[in-house]
Amino acid sequence: MGKLLALSEKHALRVDRLSVAFPHDNQLLLALDGTSFEVMRGEFVCVVGASGSGKSTLLNVLAGLDRPSAGRAHVHGRVAMIFQEANLLPWLTAAGNVELALELRGIKAPERRALAYELLARVHLVGFERRRPHELSGGMKQRVALARALAQDADVLLLDEPFAALDAISRDLLHEELERIWKESRLTVLFVTHNAREAVRLGDRVLVFTSSPGRVAHEVHVDLPRPRSLDSPDLAVIAGSITERLKHEITNGR
Amino acid sequence: MAAEIVSRLASAEVALPTPRWAHRGAAGLWSSLWPKLGAVLVALVIWQVVVLSGWKPESALPGPWSVLRRLTVDLQHPNFYAAIGVTLRRAAFGYGIAAVAGFLVAMLVARIKLLRRAVGSLLVGLQSMPSIVWFPLAILLLERSEGAITVVVLMGAAPAIAAGLLTGMDHVHPQLIRVGRTMGADGLGLYRHVVLPAALPALVGGLKQGWAFAWRSLMSAELLVAATNQTSIGQQLQSARNLPDTQQLVVLMLVIFVIGVVIDSLFGAFDRAIRWRWGLGGDS
Repeated sequence: MGKLLALSEKHALRVDRLSVAFPHDNQLLLALDGTSFEVMRGEFVCVVGASGSGKSTLLNVLAGLDRPSAGRAHVHGRVAMIFQEANLLPWLTAAGNVELALELRGIKAPERRALAYELLARVHLVGFERRRPHELSGGMKQRVALARALAQDADVLLLDEPFAALDAISRDLLHEELERIWKESRLTVLFVTHNAREAVRLGDRVLVFTSSPGRVAHEVHVDLPRPRSLDSPDLAVIAGSITERLKHEITNGR
Repeated sequence: MAAEIVSRLASAEVALPTPRWAHRGAAGLWSSLWPKLGAVLVALVIWQVVVLSGWKPESALPGPWSVLRRLTVDLQHPNFYAAIGVTLRRAAFGYGIAAVAGFLVAMLVARIKLLRRAVGSLLVGLQSMPSIVWFPLAILLLERSEGAITVVVLMGAAPAIAAGLLTGMDHVHPQLIRVGRTMGADGLGLYRHVVLPAALPALVGGLKQGWAFAWRSLMSAELLVAATNQTSIGQQLQSARNLPDTQQLVVLMLVIFVIGVVIDSLFGAFDRAIRWRWGLGGDS
């Protein structure tokens, strides 16, 4: 018993035979089919899968936005989530968006402003604090979303294809940014993407999901030293084998 | 050189929408004003032509010049301001109650599913019902014309305000609600921080439409209770008809028109301010 508890304290999240089904055209559509995996504290885990593999559903369950149909998902600590669209509140400034997260966390008004500016500085947005979302580029919006997630003081950060809509340079910069923040704050990160290279660039471990219904089909430990370059040949080899796997899963699924 | 490139890059990354009016001074103001002034001028000319045609005697249909002269005379009468004051006070009182009531009803209907099924379509029906039909009943029930006027204004404005806010809350982007929930907002907190601010443009639209209904209802009601001694725009309109004093009649119509336009443009300015804040290109 004691041993079991000790084990679970090392875990940041644990997914146990999790199934999620949605009603669709008078029948149930299975998005996740009894999948299980664990993520250790401070680990950076990437989930790769084709569209329709239930990756987003997985994150929504972990964030408490969707309910599991069967099985369980445990998260130790607080969760923050970043979506593909930055989803900043358009009526608030960059700092205002971060401040709202602080307010909802219970930080008192006098401290909020300074803390928000500090967080925006951490994602290199000094001077843009009072801009409104429509005045920011896509990459900058995601930086604000990152600062907002940090403002939630979460233990686990969930990211749902956060950089998919960005240009290559912005994405590169945000990879570095995210990696640095993860190292500094010892966050646990679960990063969903359909891009195998991105997954290998960032993850300690990559979980490969089967297509509809989703389940972990394969697991890859990435032992390349950090910081990694998206263009390194070693990375390309690992990413290539994951892509092969994905293709295999998709053709098998049909 | 390098620094210059960096600064260019930095500024290129931000697309700053500058509102059109920010760059235009007096010339810009004139360019937005002259079409309106032109329209007024054309209307005045047509009016004058009709009067000159001799279709009706000047006593029945006064020309613009005599009406304007009458207006300057009226503007020196305290009674004129008293009438406008009474009418505006009624409008503000009834509309204020309508805004609060409309807001509360919309919140309740949004929060309680059963209530939505029960009341949702009734709200639309109430909105299309001319609120002056409440007047006879209100007179009988309240036995006071002031109260009855308030009821009519309230029933005119409240359904539009409630419907506007409700539509706005229905159309909040679901992603924003998800974001709010992941940040820990739920229940009323979610409404306060996410749903209501997101619905603000639609609420302003509802308030604007509610005002138009309130103003119409108020004029109808004041014409109907003109028998009472209390002076008001509607009462003066009625007594000008009885005299008959057509110059006064047209002056009052102008006043009613101008008050409507001024308040409507306040809502318009509010709406543009929101659209500009949101980056929706509200510079027209």
